[in-house]
Amino acid sequence: MTPLEMSARDIARHVQSGALSAVAVAETHLARIAAANPTLNAYTDVTAARALAKARDIDARRMRGEKLGALVGVPFAVKNLFDVAGLPTRAGSKINRDLPAATADGALVARMDAADAVLLGALNMGEYAYDFTGENVHDGASRNPHDPSRMTGGSSGGSGGAVAGGMATVALGSDTNGSIRVPASFCGLFGLKPTFGRLTRHGSFPFVGAFDHLGPLARSAGDLALAYDAMQGPDPHDRACAQRAIDPTLPSLESGIGGLRVASLGGYFGAGGEAIVYEAVQRCAAALNTKETVEMPEVHRARAAAFVITNVEGGQLHLERLRKRAADFDPATRDRLIAGNLVPGAWYMQAQRLRSWFQGEVAKLFEKFDLLLAPATPCAAPAIGQQTFTLNGQEMLLRPNIGVYTQPISFVGLPVVAVPLHGLGPLPVAVQIIAAPWREDLALRAAHFLETAGIVRAPVAL
Amino acid sequence: MCMFPLSSSAYGSLVLDKDAVESYVDHAVAALGLALDAEYRSGVVANFERTAAIAELVMLFELPDTVEAAPVFRP
Repeated sequence: MTPLEMSARDIARHVQSGALSAVAVAETHLARIAAANPTLNAYTDVTAARALAKARDIDARRMRGEKLGALVGVPFAVKNLFDVAGLPTRAGSKINRDLPAATADGALVARMDAADAVLLGALNMGEYAYDFTGENVHDGASRNPHDPSRMTGGSSGGSGGAVAGGMATVALGSDTNGSIRVPASFCGLFGLKPTFGRLTRHGSFPFVGAFDHLGPLARSAGDLALAYDAMQGPDPHDRACAQRAIDPTLPSLESGIGGLRVASLGGYFGAGGEAIVYEAVQRCAAALNTKETVEMPEVHRARAAAFVITNVEGGQLHLERLRKRAADFDPATRDRLIAGNLVPGAWYMQAQRLRSWFQGEVAKLFEKFDLLLAPATPCAAPAIGQQTFTLNGQEMLLRPNIGVYTQPISFVGLPVVAVPLHGLGPLPVAVQIIAAPWREDLALRAAHFLETAGIVRAPVAL
Repeated sequence: MCMFPLSSSAYGSLVLDKDAVESYVDHAVAALGLALDAEYRSGVVANFERTAAIAELVMLFELPDTVEAAPVFRP
């Protein structure tokens, strides 16, 4: 197995032992980026000099017998809304390219770096994260490594493409309404959207303060846990960041599913998608030994409220840019953001109050169950540029429906691990393993169990 | 509940009057002092109509008075 296919845990172990040099791992990945990125368009910036300097430093420190971090030598990359010292934080936009270069790394980039992971660059994304497709009018679409004519899913599209395409072992993304879980589904990867407030957002470009989450995509549950544990911890610079101590998830990762009460979500989550996504849920449910199905109440209203809040907060964030540089936006993003500024305050406040109400209803489900299963997307990756999809013989608009299953969950900040199933159709799809707030550990445990059982996996498309 | 003229559809939901939406968009844009390029107007109106239709699901749900929003603010 080459370093391009290795897990982060194996790379760190081999670099730690000296079986692999950090420089060799970095060089192999940089060569892969040079070969594959012209097609896949995952990277917008490659920080090769920085990567090689970091890798040389790691190898020198190992030779001196110094202590090395948990992610030593692991190549990673970040959605280009994370600050990377020396780069303007473009957030998928044309406008932000005129910003001065960031003078420091964003907090999570710095935490990964402190754990001795090796940053390879910044990744393509939908403009200002208002996107589910992975397409970008300024940088071009990121392309799905399993079929380059297909979408990666957005808005963390480059994050999905980089990890599925063997161009990074771990990528960081953001998820406001599904932007980690959708690329995990379309690119066939593991993705973790932690509890709202768990990981600091300091030093990342915002979209919707009420819903923005950051998290990792990787090719195994163990790699998610490794990166996630390294990134946890309080940060007073992010107002929404819960000032909680680190809850490590790696120690319990292999504890199995004994004692876990699992159910599939039915009703809203059991309709509106292609058959393959329900088959995926069914396979996970069977492996997790559950036949129970439960329903969340008023999910369609929860999603509607998330839509309204997103429109208002996202729109207001960009109001001054809409005034001064409207022509420099992607036209689709621009019109949506302008409209968001016109929404009556009453709609917004009712949506926010509905969020509190829905949170209370969802909490009742977690009195009976530890984990809930649902599809991540209503379909596998559509073709780039595709506008509609056919469901039960009916043609439906694609873009507004990609996030149908993810949006109500992030609305109330629940932690989710997206787990990928390959082989049910020509392209993979993911299932959401949803836990109660602050119980990322349980979702990761179940994800690891499914991986060990051979139900879920994330092969590299080379 | 809604500032637009409404009519009930067969499903009991509320349907916005298209002219009223256009007029609202024009006035709200003016109130914000946003010079809306003529080229953008139809896209903005279409987006606002979509948001309005979606917001109905939120506005037509009765919430107890005691349910408060949960903004993050720590003085």
